[in-house]
Order: sequence, then structure tokens, then C-alpha cells
Amino acid sequence: MSTAELVVGSVVDPELPMVTLAELGVVRSVRQDGDTVVVTVTPTYSGCPAMDSIRADIRSSLRRAGFTAVDVRTVLAPAWTTDWISESGRRKLAEAGIAPPGPAPRRASGPVPLTLVARPVAVACPRCGSARTELVTAFGATACRELRRCPRCREPFEHMKEI
Amino acid sequence: MSFDDAYQALTDHDDDARWAYGTGFTDPLAGVPSEVPPEVDAADLASYCLMLGDDALILSHRLQEWVTRAPELEDELALANIALDLLGQARLLLTRAGQVLECSEDDLAFRRDTTDFRNVCLAERADGDFAALIARLFVLVSWRLAAFDRLTGSRDAMLAAIAAKGVKELTYHRDYAAQWVVRLGDGTALSHDRMATAISAVMPATAELFETHPVEERLAATGVAVDPASLRHEFNAVLSEVLTAARLWPVPFAAGTATYPPGRHRGSGGRDGLHTAGLTGVLVEMQSVARAVPGGVW
Repeated sequence: MSTAELVVGSVVDPELPMVTLAELGVVRSVRQDGDTVVVTVTPTYSGCPAMDSIRADIRSSLRRAGFTAVDVRTVLAPAWTTDWISESGRRKLAEAGIAPPGPAPRRASGPVPLTLVARPVAVACPRCGSARTELVTAFGATACRELRRCPRCREPFEHMKEI
Repeated sequence: MSFDDAYQALTDHDDDARWAYGTGFTDPLAGVPSEVPPEVDAADLASYCLMLGDDALILSHRLQEWVTRAPELEDELALANIALDLLGQARLLLTRAGQVLECSEDDLAFRRDTTDFRNVCLAERADGDFAALIARLFVLVSWRLAAFDRLTGSRDAMLAAIAAKGVKELTYHRDYAAQWVVRLGDGTALSHDRMATAISAVMPATAELFETHPVEERLAATGVAVDPASLRHEFNAVLSEVLTAARLWPVPFAAGTATYPPGRHRGSGGRDGLHTAGLTGVLVEMQSVARAVPGGVW
């Protein structure tokens, strides 16, 4: 890995500071174009309010490391998926009490299927490991997280939704 | 950036200004190639992005009005999250329009007048009660999901990318609204009646969603846009599935798979800038700070 890649690889997510942007799959590439470091990032959700902070944090980290010419570009396609979160990212999320996402849903051809009754998904409790947990609300503190609870250890916890 | 002190985190920035509506937010499409595909009329593309962007911007604002007023905290979070997703879609689409019109997303959101907005009138009306909110959200995001799903194959790569991201979000927006339609419709006698009233009230206003505008017609012919008339079948299938489960099918004036009375209802014509007083109400509030403090930063 180049120095620039190592520097960018150490920048953490502003809303989930226990993981890096690279582990989340938000950083898509880091390359050198002449004297300029070109970093490509992708938003998790369309309305992700942290994108400006993310770009600024990457720029300032590279400048502190001595890279004066930095270009942070946004790509929208392919759309971000939780499948891009690395193994180390998943482990760190779980250690911080956030249940990592399972595999993102695969869609067959045809119209987008409607879900009138949410099918139960197996999300293990990140505190006690119990496999049986309940959904409290599918919308949480940020777009990417839902709130669940564990009947065994009686603790609430967050789960990163598969997308 | 500090995570220990929220105030410090807000002010602890380097040369990249942020946290202002006017100049701080950087271009959400920063660094994305912005060429308009050959044979595509740039003005039409801008108009089309305004239609889809204004739908999301105005509906997002109406949803934000429910924050602190939703029946439960969980639903407040849900509505705020949906509003944020729609605001994000609006920013991308307004920025795309601004690339053609040579202005910023902020110019388009905060410095246009009522007649410049291209959203459907259904997006701008105020909600009477929670059932009205759910009915309106359900029909608008169902339409939008069907449209975005087709737009993932648009010849405009930017529009296709915005749509592909949006489909993931609109899928759970529609599920949320549909589950509430069923919960209220198949609930108590009171909730059933209020949901039935809300659905009956919203249906006539959906006609506007399926009227093909000349801009949509021209762009659909070049593979950039989707002809909204072609979405009716998919929309009706979703509608009948949800309303049947909610014991609300058939809705009054709907026959079979539902063809709603043709002809314009009062207040239609949002795609041409003909709006109801509802939009004025939204803009007065949404644009008040930007108009009072032009270029303000804090």
C-alpha cells in the first residue's frame, strides 16, 4: 500500500468513529495522478449528512501527511451496499455494540417486491450472543441503523441494516 | 474533528467551510462527470431533474413538519429518516439540474418562486391527520419507486446512478407507508374510517402523477426519462395489494383494477408551475432564512 492509501485508510467515519471509511466501503479508490492524490468516495445513503465532513477529513488528513494536491471525487454508481463492509469493520461494529449487517437482499427481476409483513431476520445480540432478538424500530439514530432488543440480556442494541 | 464536544466539532474545521445553507455545503456531485449525453436536450434534462427533485424536496419538507408531532417516537424517527433520504435525492437532482442551468442547488431550492417549482401538487398539500400523511406518502413513494426503478436504465448516467441509489431507499419508504395503511385500515373501526377517508381524498390527486408532460415524452423517446403513463399498471397492482390487505379495496369510484376518472382535478398542473396555496406555505417557511440573510454562514 502507498503512503497515501495508508493515510486515507486511517480516516474514521464521523458518525461511526470505531470504523474507518475504508472498512465501511465508503472509500472506493486512492490513486496518484502526477502530484495529485485522487480519492474516490461514495455516499452510503442519498441524504448522508456526513459526506461533506468525510471529504474534509480525507483532505485534511492527507495535507497533514504532506500531500498538498488532493482531489476527493464522489461516485454514485455502483450504489453503496453493506456487503462492502470489511471483516475487520464488522468485528469493530460488533465490539462497539452495533450488530453488523447480514448479506444485502438480492432482488429478482420484475417490480420491486412489497413487504407488508416484515420477515423475521436472525440478528444475534452483540452483548450476550443470543440468536433471538426483536425489532423495536426499523428507523434509528441514523439512516443506516435500526433499534433492536434482546429478551435474554434485556438490553437494547443497534443493528446496521442490510442495504 | 472532535467527537467529545459537539460545539467544537461544529467549529473545528479547516479551510472547508460547512454547516451553512448558503456556501458551506459542498456540491453533492463533486467530481462526478456531468456531460449531457448526445442527442439529449439539456434544457429538457434540467426540467426533468427539477420535476423529480422538487417532488422530493417539497414532500421532504412536509414530512419534516411531523417532527415533534408524530404519534410515537419511533414514527417520528421514521418520518425524519425518510425526509432525509428524500432531501438527499432532491440535492442530487437539483445539483444535476444546476449543472445545466449553471446555478447551484441552493439557488434552485431557496431562490425560486412558486411558479418555478415543478413538483406535483400532491407533494405540497398539508396533512390533515396521520392517516392523510400515510395515504399521501404511500401513493407518492409507490409512484416514485416505480419511476426510479425504470430510470436505473436511463441513458443519462447521472440520472441512472441517482435512481439506483434511490430505489434502495424508496423500497423501505414504501414498506413503511404500506404497513401503516394496513395497520390503520385493518385496525379499529375508527382507524379504518380515517384511513378510508384519507385514501379517498388522496386518489383524485394521483391523476397528475400519470399525465405525460411534453418534457417527459421527449426524454422518454430518447431513453432518458420514463413515461409516467407507463407506470400506472405497476402502481395499481401495489395499490390493490395494499388496500385489499387493509380492507379498503375497492376504493370508492374505483372499478376493478382501478382506472381513475380522467380529466384534471382542481389544482393540477404542478409540472407546469401551476400550484396550490400549499406550496406557498412550504416556501415561505423553507426560504425564510435564505431570503432574510442572503449568503449567510454560521
